[in-house]
Amino acid sequence: MTLHDLSWVVPLPVVLPLFAAGLALALWRHARAQRIISLVALSLVLVASVTLLIAADAGPIVLDVGGWAAPVGIDLVADRLSTLMLTVSSVVILCVLIYSLAQGIADGDEDTPIAIFHPTYLVLSAGVANAFLSGDLFNLYVGFEILLAASYVLLTLGGTGERIRAGTIYVIVSFLSSFVFLLAIALVYAATGTVNLAQLAERLPEVDPGVQLALQLLLLLAFGIKAAIFPLSAWLPDSYPTAPAPVTAVFAGLLTKVGVYAIIRTQTLLFPDGRADTILMWAALATMVVGILGAVAQNDIKRLVSFTLVSHIGYMIFGIALSTEQGLSAAIFYVAHHITVQTALFLVVGLMERRGGSTSLDQLGGLARIAPVLAILFFIPAMNLAGIPPLSGFLGKVGLLQAGVAMGTPLAYALVAGAIVTSLLTLYAVVKAWNKAFWQTAPVEPPPMTLPRGMTGSAGALVVVGIGLTVLAGPLYSYTERAAETLRDRDQYIFAVLPDGVRGTGQSPEVSQEVGESVDDDLVEEGGEG
Amino acid sequence: MIDTSPSLTLVAVIVVLVTVGVYLMLERSLSRVLLGIISFSNGINLLFLVAGGVAGGAPIIGQTPDGEMSDPLPQAMVLTAIVITLGMTAFLLAMAYRSWQLNEHDEVQDDLEDRRVARRAAADLAAFEDADVEVTTTLDEDAAGAHDETQGGDRP
Repeated sequence: MTLHDLSWVVPLPVVLPLFAAGLALALWRHARAQRIISLVALSLVLVASVTLLIAADAGPIVLDVGGWAAPVGIDLVADRLSTLMLTVSSVVILCVLIYSLAQGIADGDEDTPIAIFHPTYLVLSAGVANAFLSGDLFNLYVGFEILLAASYVLLTLGGTGERIRAGTIYVIVSFLSSFVFLLAIALVYAATGTVNLAQLAERLPEVDPGVQLALQLLLLLAFGIKAAIFPLSAWLPDSYPTAPAPVTAVFAGLLTKVGVYAIIRTQTLLFPDGRADTILMWAALATMVVGILGAVAQNDIKRLVSFTLVSHIGYMIFGIALSTEQGLSAAIFYVAHHITVQTALFLVVGLMERRGGSTSLDQLGGLARIAPVLAILFFIPAMNLAGIPPLSGFLGKVGLLQAGVAMGTPLAYALVAGAIVTSLLTLYAVVKAWNKAFWQTAPVEPPPMTLPRGMTGSAGALVVVGIGLTVLAGPLYSYTERAAETLRDRDQYIFAVLPDGVRGTGQSPEVSQEVGESVDDDLVEEGGEG
Repeated sequence: MIDTSPSLTLVAVIVVLVTVGVYLMLERSLSRVLLGIISFSNGINLLFLVAGGVAGGAPIIGQTPDGEMSDPLPQAMVLTAIVITLGMTAFLLAMAYRSWQLNEHDEVQDDLEDRRVARRAAADLAAFEDADVEVTTTLDEDAAGAHDETQGGDRP
C-alpha cells in the first residue's frame, strides 16, 4: 500500500477538464485564454494519466469518492487496462486539440463557433476519462452520458443542414443505446441490489443463470451500439464524416473504443464464464467482413475510413470473445494501436480535404506531387491500418491470429481466416484511396496553398506515436499481457475495491457506518430474494 | 425477509410507456421521436422504482424502523437519469427546431451518399469511375438526382 498516496491523482483526469470547461465557458469572449486553458488542462491530464499508468502497474489504485466507502459510495479504479486506455486517449485528445487550434488560427475562427468548441471538447475529455476510471456501473453510465452530450454538440457544431441531418440519426441511436444501458442497470440492481462493479462480481455468480445471461446480453447490446459492432453499426459511417475533421478524428479514435473498453470490463469482471463468447465471435466476424466490404464500395474518403473503423472494431471483439489471456492481451494492444492510427488517419484526411478541396476520390488527385509530406503522413497510418509489417497493426493482428489458432476451434479458425481477408481488403481499400487521391492525374488542379504547420505537425506527431507503438511494441505487449492477467484474476480487482470483502476504504464517520450497515443488510436480503 | 414482488400497476404503466415509446421512436418526424424518447425514458425510470423493492418510509435513522425503509439508491439513480434525459430532450428539441428552420420540416432525412452507392449498385455500375478513363459527374450532381422520400411532392 505504498502507492496509496497516489490515489489523489485518480480523479484528476475527470475533474481537471470539467473545471477547465467551466472556466473556458466563463471566458468565452477571450479566445486566447480559452486556448491556453484547454492546452494546460489537457497537458496536465496527460501527465496524470502517465503517472497512473506507471503506478497502476504495481496494483489497482482505488479512490472512494468523497470518502464514502465503496459499495454504497462511488469509487474510481485505475488498473492497468483503464490507465493504458486513459494514457493513449490523453495523447490523442491533446494532439487533436493542437490540430484544431492550428486550424482555428489559420481560418480566423470565423467558421467554427470556437467559444462553444473548447468547453465542449474539455467535457468530452472528462466523460471519456470518467468512463475509463469508473468502478461503478451507474457512474459508467454517467460517464457515457457526459461524453455523448458533448459529442452531440460537437457533431452539430455550426448547425448546418448536413450536420443536423447526420446529427439527428446519431443522437437518436445514442439515446436508444443509453436507454438499453439504463434498463440493464435497473435490472442488475433488481437482481443483485448493487451497481458497484466489484460487489457485482461477487454477487452475480449467485444469481439465476438465465437472469445472468439476460443481463449480460442487455449490457452487450448497449455497449455494442456504442462500439459499432456489426448489426448495430449502421449509424456510424453515416454520421461521423459530416463533422469537422478534428471532431471526426477524436470520435473515431475514442468514442467507439469506450464502448469496447466497457465490453472488456463487464465481460471479464462480471461475466467471466464467457457464455456470450460464441455470439460475440459471430458478431466479430460479421463486423470485420461487412465493415470492410462497405469501405471497398465507398467513393468518399471520409466514409471509406469510417467503414474501416467499423471493420476493425471486429478485431477487438475477436480478441475479447476468445476470452483467453492471450486473446485479451492482443485485443488491448489492438485498441491502443487502433486509437492512434485511426485518429491520425482522420486528421490526415482532413488535411487532404483542405489541400485538395474535396473528399470525393473522383475529385482528388495528384496530391503526391503537390503535397509530398501529406503523402507520407497518409501512407504510414494507412499501411499501419492494413497491417503491413513491421508496423504495430501487423503486430496486433499477429497477436490476435496466434490467440485464435491457440484456441483451435473451427469458429476460431473461421475468425482467423476472416481477419486475414479483412486485412487484405483493408489494404485494397486504402491502396485504392492512395492511387486515386495521390497518384491519379488531378481532375482539377487545386490552387497552391501551404498547410498550416500546426495541423501537419500535430497529425505528424500522431503518426510518430503510431510508429512509436511499433518500436515500443515489446514493452507494450508485456504491459497488455499483465493487464490481461489482472483482468482474468478478478480477485485482485475485488480485493482492491473491497479489502475486507464487504466495505471499501472510505473514512465514513460512525453515524454513516451504522447507515451503511443497515443498507448493506437490506441489500443482502434483496439479493437473496433475487 | 422483505417482500420484493413488484407492484402490478407499476409494471403495467412501464409496459404501456415503453410500447408507446418504441412505436413513436420508429416515426420519421423528429417531434414524434422526441415524444417517444420521453415516454420510453419515463418507462425505464419507473423500472428503477420496481428495482428498489416495495415502498417504505423515509430512509432516515430514528424516523423509520430499520426494516421499513424504502431503498434510497434507485431513487438517487432515477433523479440522475431524469436530469440527463431533460438536458438531452432540450437538445433534441433545439435540433428539431433547427431542422424545421432549414428544411421547413423536422423529418429524419435519408443519407444521400448512401442512396447514391445503393443506386449505382442496383444499376450494376462501378462505385467510382476513374478520372483517367472518362469524365464523370460530381458527387453533388449525383446526390441532387438521388431520390429522397422526405422531399416528395405530397408534402403539405
